Amino acid sequence: MSPKDDLPQIRDARVNWEEGTLQKVLSRFPERKPEFKTPSGTEVKRVYTPEDVAELDYNRDLGFPGLYPFTRGVQPTMYRGRFWTMRQYAGFATAEESNERYKYLLAQGQTGLSVAFDLPTQIGYDSDHSLAAGEVGKVGVAIDSLADMEILFDGIPLDKVSTSMTINAPAAVLLAMYMGVAEKQGVPFHKLNGTIQNDILKEYVARGTYIFPPAPSMRLITNIFEFCSQHVPEWNTISISGYHIREAGSTAAQEIAFTLSNGIAYVQAAVDAGLNVDDFAPRLSFFFNSHLDFFEEIAKFRAARRLWARIMKERFGAKKDKSLMLRFHTQTGGSTLTAQQPDNNIVRVALQALAAVLGGTQSLHTNSRDEALALPTEESVRIALRTQQIIAYESGVADTIDPLAGSYYVESLTNSLEKQAEEYIAKIDELGGAVKAIENGYMQREIQDAAYEYQRAIEKQERIVVGVNRFQIDEEPPKGLLQVDPAVGELQKKKLAVLRQSRDNIAVATVLDELEQVAKGNDNLMPVILKAVKSYATLGEICDRMRRVFGEYVAQDLL
Amino acid sequence: MERKIRVLVAKPGLDGHDRGAKVIARALRDAGMEVIYTGLRQTPEQIVTAAIQEDVDAIGLSCLSGAHNHLFPRVVELLKEHNAEDILVFGGGVIPDADIPGLKAAGIKEIFTPGTSTQDVIAFLEAHVRR
Repeated sequence: MSPKDDLPQIRDARVNWEEGTLQKVLSRFPERKPEFKTPSGTEVKRVYTPEDVAELDYNRDLGFPGLYPFTRGVQPTMYRGRFWTMRQYAGFATAEESNERYKYLLAQGQTGLSVAFDLPTQIGYDSDHSLAAGEVGKVGVAIDSLADMEILFDGIPLDKVSTSMTINAPAAVLLAMYMGVAEKQGVPFHKLNGTIQNDILKEYVARGTYIFPPAPSMRLITNIFEFCSQHVPEWNTISISGYHIREAGSTAAQEIAFTLSNGIAYVQAAVDAGLNVDDFAPRLSFFFNSHLDFFEEIAKFRAARRLWARIMKERFGAKKDKSLMLRFHTQTGGSTLTAQQPDNNIVRVALQALAAVLGGTQSLHTNSRDEALALPTEESVRIALRTQQIIAYESGVADTIDPLAGSYYVESLTNSLEKQAEEYIAKIDELGGAVKAIENGYMQREIQDAAYEYQRAIEKQERIVVGVNRFQIDEEPPKGLLQVDPAVGELQKKKLAVLRQSRDNIAVATVLDELEQVAKGNDNLMPVILKAVKSYATLGEICDRMRRVFGEYVAQDLL
Repeated sequence: MERKIRVLVAKPGLDGHDRGAKVIARALRDAGMEVIYTGLRQTPEQIVTAAIQEDVDAIGLSCLSGAHNHLFPRVVELLKEHNAEDILVFGGGVIPDADIPGLKAAGIKEIFTPGTSTQDVIAFLEAHVRR
């Protein structure tokens, strides 16, 4: 008898249970609330049964690890072969100080680097620009030129580590700097392993570090896809990010939908530019949030994998397995951290990290307990990294693949999230695609509405945040927070002044002129950006030339 | 009839985290105030110019990048230079407790940190805006 033949009997048994045993208890002890919902608004039933997954076809919808549609994971052995990459996002102050932090993290057993740049770097301003005042070295490391990058990776062999760089609008420039360092270390480009975020669309939607308007930004991204497929073949050329969309307040379904819609726009742009989908799609990677609702997050990762595989196959006709696989990095939800009773954040992070692992992430950043207060201290980062190591080495959850598959609840949630996401994607297609949906503010409005609802639920006590709207205590202000020395700005300015005097300024001016010419035409920008970087032209100088040609993006701010 | 409280919600500096600013802006509007939101990447000069042009009663500054000590006091200074120090300035974001006394001494009337209820911000403005 197949499982489907059991359904009528299961239904009868359920009805008996509901009318009998359950009703008796409910009449005396009502449940905690009239209805239960995930934070994304999906109704959560009392109990799930085979009836809820009656439509599920194992081979079609789940399959096996490493096989289409990759619901159960992208590799055939997953964590039995190798654990996920433990990768803590770090960087502050100067290249010297960040280099020390990286060496510390590698010594503690971290297996990949993740570079945080300060805001002036992310927006293409040198540290001596007037708009950089007060921001230098604050949320990440200040990088003005190849000279800083050489210090940042001093003593770190680039053929031995993989490096993720959270850089978007000027991603081409920072990638070129990384290649410049590799050349000095004698490491060939084909041995470079890592990721640039390079996801401008979510900057317009949720993160804010844009420079240029959409069209030239999409060209830069396509140029990187093309250049890397020829010269840096192991490099992940983009990390299409839902993380920041979620942090800005979206639901889980919106996180999947807006991220994959942005992904569709990048693939379409590259195909329109004449690239073959199977040449660049294997190097696309993704980045998701792991938020509070444990099962919904696990289902989200599984649904995203399945949906992306279907999109790549059906919409773009991709043939290679690697083009269909959604490989992703996860970070635990920064906005779920509380400034109140900050040690409680260790527990939140552990649960979120566990969800990411059960969802099959390829790499993971665990937030530190003090991040609602300041940049994390070394001790806090160590606890966050140890959390991952405890999950990996002690809990046993990494020993079998996709252990929650077949759970009536998880499979039902996976189906429901996939369906909700498909509806959003269809809506965005109707609006003319992701770029249009961003330009007319659709995604932003959807996210703002969800964020406002979330805050109202907290204030109405419909959503409990432990230590914030319940279980509060009187607390002393926390001690021992990390402080970035305000002198960093001055220090960085001095380094720049020395650089501008000691380099060959005629060579710099010549290559910057050449860059401007290439920007005006249609050729790939990467070779000339690499040339400019190697002449020690600064990030700000390079971006200014592109600003001159491309103009700057002006956001429409709607409330 | 009592005039509605007018508030400029502003994002000084390069920080792109605007979830908090937008939630506050909307909550103030739902509480019956008139709210103008500047959008991202505003200099203190732009913020003060907008505040004077819009004839606001208060400016709410939001910064999560750690540049608050540089940016917030500059807004108060510029208001003084323009003889507009009657405009109340308050702020919020990832701001360590240790920085709050300095910001208040510089003329920022109140600092709201993560976990603040929007009702507290509304109550603060209703109590402190002179009408």
